[in-house]
Amino acid sequence: MAKNKKTEKKKTKDLLVVNNLKKYFPVGSAWLEKNKQYVQAVDDVSFTIKEGETLGVVGESGCGKTTLGRTILRLHSITDGEILYDKYDIGKLGKKALRKLRPKIQIIFQDPYSSLSPRMTVGEIIGEAVREHKIVPPEEHQDYIMGVMKSCGLQPYYYRRYPHEFSGGQRQRICVARALALKPDLIICDEPVSALDVSIQAQVINLLNDLQNKFGITYMFISHDLSVVEYISDEIMVMYLGSVVEHGTREQVFKNPMHPYTHALMSAIPIPDPEVKSKKIILKGDIPSPINPPKGCKFHTRCSKCMEICKTVTPKFKEYEEGHKVACHLYSQD
Amino acid sequence: MNKILNYFKKVLKRFKKKKARQKEESKHYISLKQIKATAKENKRITKAMEKKNNRKNVPEEEYLTKMRDPNNVVEFEDLHSYFYTESGVVKAVDGVSFDIPRKSIVGVVGESGCGKSVTSLSLMKLLQSPQGQIHSGSIRYSAKNGKVYDIAKVPKIDMRKIRGKEMTMIFQEPMTSLNPVFKIGDQLDEILFLHFPETTKKEAKKKSIEMLKIVGIAVPEKVYDRYPHELSGGMRQRVMIAMALSCDPNLIIADEPTTALDVTIQAQILELLRDLKDKINGSIMLITHDLGVIAEMADYVVVMYAGRVVEKGTVKEIFKDPKHPYTMGLQKSIPALNLDSDTLYTIPGTVPNPIDLPNYCYFRDRCNKRFEKCDGPYPPLMNTSSSRKVACYLYEEIQAEFNKEAGGKNGKK
Repeated sequence: MAKNKKTEKKKTKDLLVVNNLKKYFPVGSAWLEKNKQYVQAVDDVSFTIKEGETLGVVGESGCGKTTLGRTILRLHSITDGEILYDKYDIGKLGKKALRKLRPKIQIIFQDPYSSLSPRMTVGEIIGEAVREHKIVPPEEHQDYIMGVMKSCGLQPYYYRRYPHEFSGGQRQRICVARALALKPDLIICDEPVSALDVSIQAQVINLLNDLQNKFGITYMFISHDLSVVEYISDEIMVMYLGSVVEHGTREQVFKNPMHPYTHALMSAIPIPDPEVKSKKIILKGDIPSPINPPKGCKFHTRCSKCMEICKTVTPKFKEYEEGHKVACHLYSQD
Repeated sequence: MNKILNYFKKVLKRFKKKKARQKEESKHYISLKQIKATAKENKRITKAMEKKNNRKNVPEEEYLTKMRDPNNVVEFEDLHSYFYTESGVVKAVDGVSFDIPRKSIVGVVGESGCGKSVTSLSLMKLLQSPQGQIHSGSIRYSAKNGKVYDIAKVPKIDMRKIRGKEMTMIFQEPMTSLNPVFKIGDQLDEILFLHFPETTKKEAKKKSIEMLKIVGIAVPEKVYDRYPHELSGGMRQRVMIAMALSCDPNLIIADEPTTALDVTIQAQILELLRDLKDKINGSIMLITHDLGVIAEMADYVVVMYAGRVVEKGTVKEIFKDPKHPYTMGLQKSIPALNLDSDTLYTIPGTVPNPIDLPNYCYFRDRCNKRFEKCDGPYPPLMNTSSSRKVACYLYEEIQAEFNKEAGGKNGKK
């Protein structure tokens, strides 16, 4: 199995620790603070990522997974909580210190069509940050960029081409190369394959896997596609409406899903086999508004196993097996 | 002295390297002169086609035909849809033929750029004109009133009577295909006013609300008065489906109806489409790149690659026993749940450039089963069973056997 090699490895140190992170966006322009409403995009999220591992973050759109990724990069300011990266608290770093840290954490965006500047050549796109952060001496610049391009499966003569000349898969490779060129320790992949075709998707996933084996990069892999996340992750975190509902290793979450939302998500995936007719748990309705999330358990409005207690008391995020945490009242009765 | 000499050597080396690179790059570009010449030529061709298309008062006999099999709603026969661009003719659809039987779901699968959307747009006659044109071939459509139209020959004005009433389309992105400045209700009523001019406002509203109810919107009266931006993605897609259904169409074309949606919402929409198929008594042409969706929904599958059909058959045949190497590769490259393998299978290389396609099998350069025969011309579609066709030389012997059997049976009769 793909991940066997990694599990055999000794438990390495924690690379990123997130404690009780909150990110609220104000809505409207109320002058008085007490009338102000907030979109609770990320609400009290805590987790750790170990060095050289991959954390998969799954959830529907609007559940705050992208905001979480961006807040870790401090592309958004932090409302509350702390993000510890290698002894630094990212939330409290000054401008200069943050700039020094930037090359260590990189991001790959979802849409390769809009995240590449149409007026810059591929070489400029990949090389801009390399020059800015002085990763290599200026005379080695071009050779270094071409080396990075090669390791991402791009031909060196693409150096002077513009993004519009490439297909979606190749654009995503450029995005990967751009992130990789800064020799990062952690790459936040924000739905890197959702905009791609199946066969191209497989190529990009394999590329990400190869790079991890080669350079020991840590990934935080954000996606709504459970099958992709299962393939690439060591640990999986399921988010719903800004909070984490389940967190565990890949085997725990997929072999023994505990939260009803995880059950529903997994049964919703269409299986490419016409003879298997799985019993689907079809969730009713849409995800509620994050401005006034439901009281008690946030999932109770759509849950098939909803009880009385769910409507009033917020379930605690508790550990039920080693490393397998769930926030659900179903398991807290005994 | 030596230092200076070395410096010059270095500069010369760099210069040579640059020249070589420029030469390499110039291979991939077309000169301005060429572009101008092709543009002129294209204009000449498309102008003639547009003129034919824009005619008014065309007698019906010109575009009425007969179906080969009365059980089909649509028959594509050797359809060629080209785009005349400045860098050459893009053969987006290059000889596609398949049928859509009555009351069934036909799934069309393929990567982006393989021509599946262009096939459906040709059927609706919505190709981006003047550069996009149906070059040749025929699309026979059997209407509700018993007439059979050859869509490729129907002029634009007459097409308006069929489009939206007889066949409708659900587009990929519900966010962009609804008009943001009109209320949901107005947009739904508009279709009814267009196709049934005698409807009153009250009747239209009643019908629209009924449609919203059918697609599972909880409070249709309220949604009727809302703007698209007030609805979520799943709700918008439901509104799109309601729009498509409001004239009781014979055929619904669903062009990636769930690609932009979440898995949980996707499951809802697919369930809805499956229910509706029985209710509306029509057929669905489902276009998607998601093999999982096809497996759950479709009765027949058409696999397309680079503008051609590489394989077609029933769902069970295609998924249980894929014949074409491309279909096999596609299936292996899905990261299915509970699949324990080291690396995902990938099809090497990329889709060939649609402008100058090779004269051998388009998949040859990416295929892992190629042999000498593959250097020959593009393989024709071969029968491996009565409902199954594959475009691959691997199955020539099976085809010969099948033909023998079929011939023998026919002879006995």
